[in-house]
Amino acid sequence: MSRLDIERGVVEMAHGSGGRASAQLIESLFIRHLDNAWLRQGDDASLFDVGAGRMVMSTDAHVVSPLFFPGGDIGSLSVHGTINDVAMSGARPLYLSAGFVLEEGFPLAGLDRIVASMARASREADVPVIAGDTKVVERGKGDGVFITTTGIGVVPEGVHISGDRAEAGDMILISGHIGDHGTAILSSREGLEFATAIRSDSAALHELVAEMVNVAPEIHCLRDPTRGGLATTLNELVRQSGVGMQIEEGAIPVRAEVRGACELLGLDPLYIANEGKLICICPAGVAEKVLSVMQAHPLGRDAAIIGKVVEDERQLVTMKTVFGGLRVVDWLAGEQLPRIC
Amino acid sequence: MKYVDEFRDGDKARRLAELIRTEVNPEREYRLMEFCGGHTHAIFRFGIHDLMPENLKYVHGPGCPVCVLPAGRIEAAIELAEAEDIILCTYADLMRVPAGRGDSLNRARARGSDIRMIYSSTDALAIARANPERQVVFFAIGFETTTPPTAAAIQIAEKEGLSNFSVYCNHVLTPPAMRHLLSSGEAHIHGILGPSHVSTIIGSQAYAGCCNDYQVPLVIAGFEPLDVIQSTLMLVRQINEGRFEVENQYSRAVSQTGNRKAQALMQAIFEPRAMFEWRGLGGLPDSAVQIKAAFHAFDAEKRFGMQAIDVADIRGCICPAVLRGVSDPVDCKLFGSICTPEQPKGACMVSSEGACAAQYSYGRYRLGGKSEI
Repeated sequence: MSRLDIERGVVEMAHGSGGRASAQLIESLFIRHLDNAWLRQGDDASLFDVGAGRMVMSTDAHVVSPLFFPGGDIGSLSVHGTINDVAMSGARPLYLSAGFVLEEGFPLAGLDRIVASMARASREADVPVIAGDTKVVERGKGDGVFITTTGIGVVPEGVHISGDRAEAGDMILISGHIGDHGTAILSSREGLEFATAIRSDSAALHELVAEMVNVAPEIHCLRDPTRGGLATTLNELVRQSGVGMQIEEGAIPVRAEVRGACELLGLDPLYIANEGKLICICPAGVAEKVLSVMQAHPLGRDAAIIGKVVEDERQLVTMKTVFGGLRVVDWLAGEQLPRIC
Repeated sequence: MKYVDEFRDGDKARRLAELIRTEVNPEREYRLMEFCGGHTHAIFRFGIHDLMPENLKYVHGPGCPVCVLPAGRIEAAIELAEAEDIILCTYADLMRVPAGRGDSLNRARARGSDIRMIYSSTDALAIARANPERQVVFFAIGFETTTPPTAAAIQIAEKEGLSNFSVYCNHVLTPPAMRHLLSSGEAHIHGILGPSHVSTIIGSQAYAGCCNDYQVPLVIAGFEPLDVIQSTLMLVRQINEGRFEVENQYSRAVSQTGNRKAQALMQAIFEPRAMFEWRGLGGLPDSAVQIKAAFHAFDAEKRFGMQAIDVADIRGCICPAVLRGVSDPVDCKLFGSICTPEQPKGACMVSSEGACAAQYSYGRYRLGGKSEI
């Protein structure tokens, strides 16, 4: 089999044909980076053992523009995102699968960089990619690279975490500064480029979750506030649980650079995406204990209690502003867009 | 953070609000129009209402460029995009604004028209350069703030000989709209929070005649919450003292005469339109600009023979009255029921700076009885 020219080559339709070129791409690029015993078997499905407990599964399609951004790329994001979705049920993530949709003409060097980053993220998280698939679409019918990852994990006994379990009196915690990922993406988006030191917070949160669940198995809800940001996620939890929430603007950690960029563009950090943060809702009695565990972990160093769950038939998230006024923190309507003037 | 934190100091805000409460005369009413959507947004987003005495009320004005654009002009742009092989470029805010029959630029794009969101007029030029075989039309809207960049784009296009670039000009002017509102008297305004970004271009003295003729004080106010509160105090003092001057709270950016260079650029490319239709305000003479004859080659209305289209108002929608400061969003039967930010019927619900969207998104907690909202 001839060698794949990763340095100068591009994705061709033949790479998705299932023939020799496909095999070459899989062997020289995907397996080379993601190598493990399951992938090496070369079967259409991977066989694995699981321990006792309830299993969870989550899947996420990643379409991000640009593909490479400060602090990450679509490869690491596709690993972190799905690990976090699995972890937010309190589970220990075990395995991932990955589906790639590649656009004809995409440079193989770029794909190599993406898969290498994916492999690094998977190794660091100790959650291997054990199955995968690749398809190629004609030029113009994709956006370079789309990646769908699926993850499965096991929930420890005694843990019951779900978005519908928030109760009046619970406390709301966030694991750190909000809006870093979305701001990093915006800063490198075509037409909006601006200089900033902000890097994406993309990270796998399962180890942080494991420590939190360990000290407080009675945690009610966990959720990573990705697309739509903190505001949208709180609204989702409010709707699922049929409660209201009150948060304090002054308690929410936001980096000065993120606030500055948002002001400039007319955006609200509450709605900006995160990829390495989690929201925790737990009974008031264990909130301080959970907070200490979070702050002791590198990914939760800036964790804070930002509000509480209240009874509210209207199911509103409200926020006390730093001025002492009150406002609703609403669902985002459509996309958050930079202002005109 | 410099330039943000200093205008968001909660203690300062509370002290200023206390001063306002001390100085307002409990016997009288203070109806202050926030002319700009940016102020409406700030008042709701930071809960400034809650700091004010009950007899001081903020009244929304027509200062949201998306809200005041008549549906017929959007309809004309959609028709053009569907009839011709063009790339229509516009600012993102405009994409969701309802045209006729519930249509919008977003929907036209979904049907197959090549409509692109841009962040600046130079993006439209770049698209024109990259697509020499296709016509690129920049659907330009906004007050005096966004007019100079459009003028600059036309100037650059002419210099470069870009024959595939043109502008659908919908730029409107602030002082004529303000004059119209004050002359009708229907909004019963006692003071105006004047536009800040617009004023960086046209200067504070642009409003002097208006204030004098209608004996209404105006304070040019920045968009930061402390700006709004401080400007409110300045207006309260003018009202109490019976003054009706133009005061400039936003002196860090606005001068008396404004940005001469930008004004010269506007005058080089644009001239007043005899009449322009505003959503909510109707036809106002000399309230908008059009591209001068010397630059007709870059005027999409001329190049494509675009005609204004009559679009009937949405039944029950009171956006026009809201934009004139006569009604409150909550007075509208559609508000929060069939008109929401997800499914906007009226323009004031589309733009995040529209009065209805601000009231709905930030102020809903006040409407205790309306649990369905």
